[in-house]
Amino acid sequence: MRQMIIDELTQAMQELTRGFAHILPRIIVLVIIAFAGWVVAYLLKMFLRSILRLIKFDKLSENAGASQLLTKAALPSATELLSRFMFWMAWLGFILLGVSVLGILGLQDEIARFFLFLPRLFVALFILFFGLLAASFFSRAALLAAVNANLRSPRLLSVSIRTIIIVFVLSMFFEELGIAEQTVLVAFGTAFGAVMLGLAIAFGTGGKDLAQQFLEKRFSVGKKDEGKEDELSPL
Amino acid sequence: MAEVKVAEESVLTDDFLRQLINVGEVDILVGVPTHNNAKTIGAIAETIQAGILTFFPRERAAIINVDGGSRDGTPELVASAAIDDARPNAKMYTLRTFHSISTQYASSPARGTALHTIMAAAELLRAKACAVISPESTQITTDWLATLLRPVYTADFDLVLPTYSRHRFDGILLTNLLYPMTRALYGLKIREPFALDYAFSGRLGSQFLTQNAWHEETAQAGSETQLTLTAIAGEYRICQSFLGTKERAERHSADLVPAMRQTVGALFSSLETNFSLWSARTGSQPIPTTGDERKFSLEPLRINRKRLREMFSTGVAELESIFQSILSPATLAELQGIARTEDVPFRYSAELWVKTIYEFAAAYHKSVISRDHIIQALAPLFRGRALTFLAENINGSADDVENNIESLCLEFERTKPYLLEIWKQ
Repeated sequence: MRQMIIDELTQAMQELTRGFAHILPRIIVLVIIAFAGWVVAYLLKMFLRSILRLIKFDKLSENAGASQLLTKAALPSATELLSRFMFWMAWLGFILLGVSVLGILGLQDEIARFFLFLPRLFVALFILFFGLLAASFFSRAALLAAVNANLRSPRLLSVSIRTIIIVFVLSMFFEELGIAEQTVLVAFGTAFGAVMLGLAIAFGTGGKDLAQQFLEKRFSVGKKDEGKEDELSPL
Repeated sequence: MAEVKVAEESVLTDDFLRQLINVGEVDILVGVPTHNNAKTIGAIAETIQAGILTFFPRERAAIINVDGGSRDGTPELVASAAIDDARPNAKMYTLRTFHSISTQYASSPARGTALHTIMAAAELLRAKACAVISPESTQITTDWLATLLRPVYTADFDLVLPTYSRHRFDGILLTNLLYPMTRALYGLKIREPFALDYAFSGRLGSQFLTQNAWHEETAQAGSETQLTLTAIAGEYRICQSFLGTKERAERHSADLVPAMRQTVGALFSSLETNFSLWSARTGSQPIPTTGDERKFSLEPLRINRKRLREMFSTGVAELESIFQSILSPATLAELQGIARTEDVPFRYSAELWVKTIYEFAAAYHKSVISRDHIIQALAPLFRGRALTFLAENINGSADDVENNIESLCLEFERTKPYLLEIWKQ
């Protein structure tokens, strides 16, 4: 009985040792790939950072108002953020490549799927980043134009434009990622339609007097206005 | 020289080039940029012709109309104002060649391209002196041609800028920003740094043709201001000549932002390229002036001051987030203080105005947000300053108005070290 237990234990130990001896080189390969990946990812990060600094990407980001968004969210500069993103994506890719060497069943497919997903992730993040920049830029342009045209509620107009662009960008972002495509599509359609209908009603009722004034002014061009005020002539 | 040729090739159409070749060389060239100016252009073209026949009968001359796609028959009116019409009435004859040609440079107006076309034509025709006359200058007399062109043609000046007799509240952007700031930074007392009627020498025109980045938006919009600044930076000989009365132009409040883009944008933009020049200059010097430096007329105007105040206050409140990126906290707090007070008389002091402008210039240099947005954000604040200028001079004499502008200029000069300080931060 005792001998049987010892034999079983010995056999188990031998199998474990054989298994470990079988997997150890693969683990070493994983570590080497991960280390090499770290070096490559680091070099890629430095390269991207230099390129972005060279093209003054932070200035572009500042111009479009993205830097303010990042500052508010306590995030680093746009250049730093993109460089770090590149580092982690590259390193994660190498680590997964190393993991695939281990030959764990089922993991290979998942890793292949991850690599296929990467381009879509990049495109989605690209859409999100530049979409948010566009939202910030156009909302500010609308705010300035509305203030200088002396329109009522300029901030409301600006926020509306920002919201519409962000909703549009988010729907594109999720669609690109393939997350709840149908739900996002329906939600976007409903939200966008509601906003447009709301705006149409608001302009229709609220802009009635404005339209009247405009038409009166437009068709009374030849008439002399006795009480006409002088405008400032800047130049 | 090669660059000039490239510029000429790109801006002059084949047909226009053919017309210019037929003209040959000229001594005097007058450029008239137009766009839908049918109401005024006929009389202006005739006056220009009469002016040349009167004052430059022995010189080879050409009038060039560059049109930005008029649909009211402006170019035809210029062409129909034939030289022969002017001759019998005035009994004037030219002893040399005198041509009048017209071209369409684009289907929509662009001041920069219009000036570019005139300069390229002047260069090709080797004009010694070139004048540009605005199609809105309805008060033009034949004397203008002599006043503008003679200093270039006979006295070796490179740029002749105009001075006018204006209404005291006309050109507030000039009197409250462009003139004082140009004077403080570049050290020359140029009353009209943004001129629409002016003359320049062939050598300045050639230099400007090669130097100006015509394709850039700022250069396109503020080409007249750029020309003045190029002359200052290149230490060309500049003078100003009194032309007479400039009538108040009918303006709409929507014209303010485009006007600011053309002038303030060009001025701010010039600070980057000319940093070594303006940072080293202190004080200001007068430039040679023929006739009065400036005259003010005092007729009352009905300007809606309540609306100006409302637009200022709304602008300060609504654009707070934008001003936070442009202005220092202290300046913004002061502006918000003025915007909120309703009981006391409104006053946007000269000190605060100068500080505001310098902070805007530094923000433009650093591109804290889109540069065009920075210029647009200045418009509501300008309305506040204009309101103060109106209030301060409502009962003042012409001398009082002049003293008010002079004290603002001195404030710009006194505060210049502040601009240098924030420029480098």
